[in-house]
Amino acid sequence: MRKFLTALLFVPIVAFANAELHLDKAPDRSGDKAALQRGAKTFVNYCLNCHSASYMRYNRLSDIGLSDAQIKDNLLFTAEKVGEPMKVALQRADGRVFFGAAPPDLTVIARARGSESGSGADWLYTYLRSFYRDSERPTGWNNTVFPNVGMPHVLWELQGDQTLSEHHALELANPGKLSAKEYDAMVGDLVGYLNYMGEPGAEARKRLGVFVLLGLFLLFILTYALKREYWKDVH
Amino acid sequence: MSTINDGLKSVLGWVDARFPLTSNWKSHVSEYYAPKNFNFWYFFGSLAMLVLVIQIVTGILLVMHFKPDATLNASGVPIAFASVEYIMRDVPWGWLVRYMHSTGASAFFVVIYLHMFRGFLYGSYRKPRELVWIFGMLIFLSLMAEAFFGYLLPWGQMSYWGAQVIVNLFSAIPVIGPDLSLWIRGDYVVGDATLNRFFAFHVIAVPLVLLGLVSAHILALHEVGSNNPDGIEIKKKKDANGIPLDGIAFHPYYTVKDIVGTVVFLAVFSIVLFFMPEGGGYFLEYNNFFPADPLQTPPHIAPVWYFTPYYSILRAVTYPLFGIDAKFWGVAAMGASTLILLLLPWLDRSPVKSIRYRGPITKWMLSLFVIGFFILGFLGTKPPSYEFFGMIPGAPVAQLFSLYYFLFFLTMPVWSSLDRCKPEPDRVTSK
Repeated sequence: MRKFLTALLFVPIVAFANAELHLDKAPDRSGDKAALQRGAKTFVNYCLNCHSASYMRYNRLSDIGLSDAQIKDNLLFTAEKVGEPMKVALQRADGRVFFGAAPPDLTVIARARGSESGSGADWLYTYLRSFYRDSERPTGWNNTVFPNVGMPHVLWELQGDQTLSEHHALELANPGKLSAKEYDAMVGDLVGYLNYMGEPGAEARKRLGVFVLLGLFLLFILTYALKREYWKDVH
Repeated sequence: MSTINDGLKSVLGWVDARFPLTSNWKSHVSEYYAPKNFNFWYFFGSLAMLVLVIQIVTGILLVMHFKPDATLNASGVPIAFASVEYIMRDVPWGWLVRYMHSTGASAFFVVIYLHMFRGFLYGSYRKPRELVWIFGMLIFLSLMAEAFFGYLLPWGQMSYWGAQVIVNLFSAIPVIGPDLSLWIRGDYVVGDATLNRFFAFHVIAVPLVLLGLVSAHILALHEVGSNNPDGIEIKKKKDANGIPLDGIAFHPYYTVKDIVGTVVFLAVFSIVLFFMPEGGGYFLEYNNFFPADPLQTPPHIAPVWYFTPYYSILRAVTYPLFGIDAKFWGVAAMGASTLILLLLPWLDRSPVKSIRYRGPITKWMLSLFVIGFFILGFLGTKPPSYEFFGMIPGAPVAQLFSLYYFLFFLTMPVWSSLDRCKPEPDRVTSK
């Protein structure tokens, strides 16, 4: 039995022993409604022109504290009604011509990008900060996390231009509108939003889970007492 | 009060004259005498039934909203994939039902593996329970089919490429292989036809087989009676009424005990469901949140954790034999690794059943088997190039433990009869 448990302990150590890609840890924005709202704004302004989030309805943003009127006035560019999903006007065939591949739907991207190297949020946080100028690419941009990526650096005027040094390190050649710190915070908010959008009900799920476990704990006390009572006469 | 009781009694009498209700209740529940010394390992049979019920009920609810359709919607997402996200977001409590079903799939294999391991520990497959074991193994095989068919349905990248890889295995069979895999898929690649037929198998065909086999498993068990941690037959010592001295009625004793087990199980199940439904990428694989794309092969295709020991055995065979491709022998080895379990009742020649009274050889062989099974399972989640700590190559380790897997069974008639056993007690012990 002891050997068996030792083997069990051994498994996770080995599992995390060989991460290939180094990812920066994304800041945790779960439950931070102001940050998620800022992230939603960035998402709608910068991402939702080419990328859809077709399983996400605008009015689901009530989860992060936005009213229907606020959504309508500030975020509703691609749809008529707040109950509609976040779709884009860009045709998929056009996307394929423009970028070499149609921009993927981003609703669950934060869940899809998870790996042994880190969470999906970590991947996105690192990716969105790893674009650099590359004259050999059709868009003029490349990325250290996603080599030969089809997407140009949409946030470049905020971050500025990065170049890749001989030692394979990213260096800021021309600063953008935001300082490096501000840019990281903004990407953190955006990634926090993408993470929220991957499973909008995640916070409610965890809250419910606490009550379910409490209920089961009470049920355990009752059922265990019942079992003891019946088993008194078994010797 | 008494008039109500009399009324119920007359209704029961009416039914009993036409249907064996009371007699079945007695023979399977209230007067089914189970050994009184069941321990921790004996919870997993009833828990497997619980998970089966969870899967059927949540499955019915999911079918009401899921659409087995591989065509792309306006946003370029396959309708099947989008319908799962629709369940997760727009169907009231859909996320709960879907997570119960996805967590339930992994939970099913956890409880079934533990239930089978109980059989290994206490010799529950030995005479007269050979058919109980065989029905159980057929349940296990059906469950693997059920899980395989079901895994395609969300139509993510792993669903798609996992099915592609597994169906392609059939093409390794000489002569008929390529046509056979075409026939299974219904297309030259996994496609809409495959999705629809897998849906039919997952929601109708295999569940029917499972229910039939579960009934047979329980009927066979109740015919011969349950084994126990001491591996001795309680039916040998009976009182004047013909009731085993060490037996207690299943109801109420084991019903109230199993309810406690159920609550504890549900707590563990809920921890996964509510706090880590992806199970660290093992229960819901990350890559499966990308919709299926027939033009983009993922760099590494791994089956879900419960198949990985067998997948390791499949990959361990790398030599062609008799002029037939190594792939075929890999498939044959994988098939044999599951089918060999059916022979277990006849491979074990030990004079005693339970591990408690068996000697050191059995304990070593079984411990190594469990460790090997875990290592095979772990390596099956990794690419073949994997190295432990970046030093020890995984592929030869998998080959070594695959060999051991078969040697464990094939040499069992020898080592099980050689082992120094302790004498069995007359009556069950309660510890």
